[in-house]
Amino acid sequence: MDRLKVTIGNLELKNPVTTASGTFGYGREYADFMDLDRLGGIFVKGTTLEPREGNDYPRMAETASGMLNAVGLQNKGVDYFVTHIYPEIKHYDTAIIVNVSGSTIEDYAACAEKLIDLEKIPAIELNISCPNVKEGGMAFGTSAASAARVTQAVRKVYPKTLIVKLSPNVTDITEIARAAEAEGADAVSLVNTFLGMAIDAESRKPLLSTVTGGLSGPCIKPIALRMVWQVYHAVNIPVIGMGGISNWKDAVEFMLAGATAVQIGTYNFIDPTVSIQVIEGIKNYLNRHNLHTVSELIGKLEI
Amino acid sequence: MLDFLVRSNEQLNSRNHLLKVSPSTGEKLPPMYPGQFVQIRVEDSPSTFLRRPISIHFVDEKANEMWLLVQKIGEGTQKICAKKEGSLLNMIFPLGKSFSIPDDTETKTVLIGGGVGTAPMLFLGRVLKESGFSPDFLLGGRSENDLLQINEFEKYGTVYCTTEDGTKGEKGLVTHHSVLQKKKYDFIYTCGPQPMMMAVARYAHENNITCEVSLENLMACGFGACLCCTEKTKNGNVCTCTEGPVFNIKELTWID
Repeated sequence: MDRLKVTIGNLELKNPVTTASGTFGYGREYADFMDLDRLGGIFVKGTTLEPREGNDYPRMAETASGMLNAVGLQNKGVDYFVTHIYPEIKHYDTAIIVNVSGSTIEDYAACAEKLIDLEKIPAIELNISCPNVKEGGMAFGTSAASAARVTQAVRKVYPKTLIVKLSPNVTDITEIARAAEAEGADAVSLVNTFLGMAIDAESRKPLLSTVTGGLSGPCIKPIALRMVWQVYHAVNIPVIGMGGISNWKDAVEFMLAGATAVQIGTYNFIDPTVSIQVIEGIKNYLNRHNLHTVSELIGKLEI
Repeated sequence: MLDFLVRSNEQLNSRNHLLKVSPSTGEKLPPMYPGQFVQIRVEDSPSTFLRRPISIHFVDEKANEMWLLVQKIGEGTQKICAKKEGSLLNMIFPLGKSFSIPDDTETKTVLIGGGVGTAPMLFLGRVLKESGFSPDFLLGGRSENDLLQINEFEKYGTVYCTTEDGTKGEKGLVTHHSVLQKKKYDFIYTCGPQPMMMAVARYAHENNITCEVSLENLMACGFGACLCCTEKTKNGNVCTCTEGPVFNIKELTWID
């Protein structure tokens, strides 16, 4: 099994296949479908310092090969996570990574601090890229200066593995990635959703209560892949790739573009067992291509 | 998650199909309860990317069959309705919470359905009858053609109908049917278009009748992961797929 192992900062993943925040709940939601211990890791639902109710319904619209969402970080807050959810999920034998979000830099830092002592949470993913909240979220991820400030503030208080999740809604994603790296991020993950919208032509109304929302699914894959490739060449820290992965081939493509690990997101809704199939597919690929370890794939795009 | 074999596909009218399906492996269906639903995977295509939630219309345990009443609303449901006998449908099931069955079999129950919203009422009616209740059905549609499976409903209780054009039963909306004046009900179950359910909920509230509604909020996953199908309740935003789709109207923010 060791041939599938990858390393992100101080964090060892048993394989490069993880599930994306906001698409996998706290893992428990998928326990009926699979053995969660087989996953490389689980990025749990976006967590904030205070509880959040999220946006009004409707929060979802199906689009060509994808979907828009406008959930808006609905969660019960970090204290509830620590006291109620963590005890229920800490026995999973996989890396559980908490996605941390906030409206202010102080929120991010305070939320991260509350997670340090949780033995089975080896890393956090800073969400500076949520397009569905009025304050904070993506605002921090769309300029290098603010991305640097929030990374720096959290790095100061959080000693474990720090991953920064980047927004694709920027002119040059490599600039943001470099800013996060310079302030001590151990890895970057990309991409979060693309800002999009959908309209009902008959009623002339938007399909989402918030008018705009985040686009995900196979439709974003080519753009996500391009961004992973660009960022891989711009930074020296590991890149975690995501964006429309729906099978093992997509995952291998992201790794060839430079991803050390991948996250599977929206496709979990269509096939809740997809991540397990991706792990099996990668194993077969290694055998067919006579590769000893999955790390031999990283960034091996031949141009 | 399981593949189901389509054993029959009957077109009931221009918009609705009745599909009878069984696990393709031959395994026995697990326990399922009225009000629960399935998430059907549509053949992959760009425009039918997500699964389609469909409520369980009936379960025939002897035949190991589940019945689904599917209305052709968009491309996804059209593809499901086009499935021929012998083809496969992948489903995540059973999902959601069911209607509640009162303890006292003297409880007077009426099951109010509108259009394809009558679907879960057949399964519920049978379970109520088998549990010792004498349920009534009040089914509404735009015209006679919209009233589905009346013969099936009649097996489990008295059926009252309304149509907006007066082609069958009383003319008008379900909430105006005279049986609601004549009989005193203790428990209303309802499923149908949102305006109809809201009118039924208001009627139930005003007359101090317990009422459960089955919501059809848009959803992506169906099992509590995406947080898209939330309904605003007195306990905050909750997932319709896991906390519902059946809610007591007291939990909702529809009335006060």
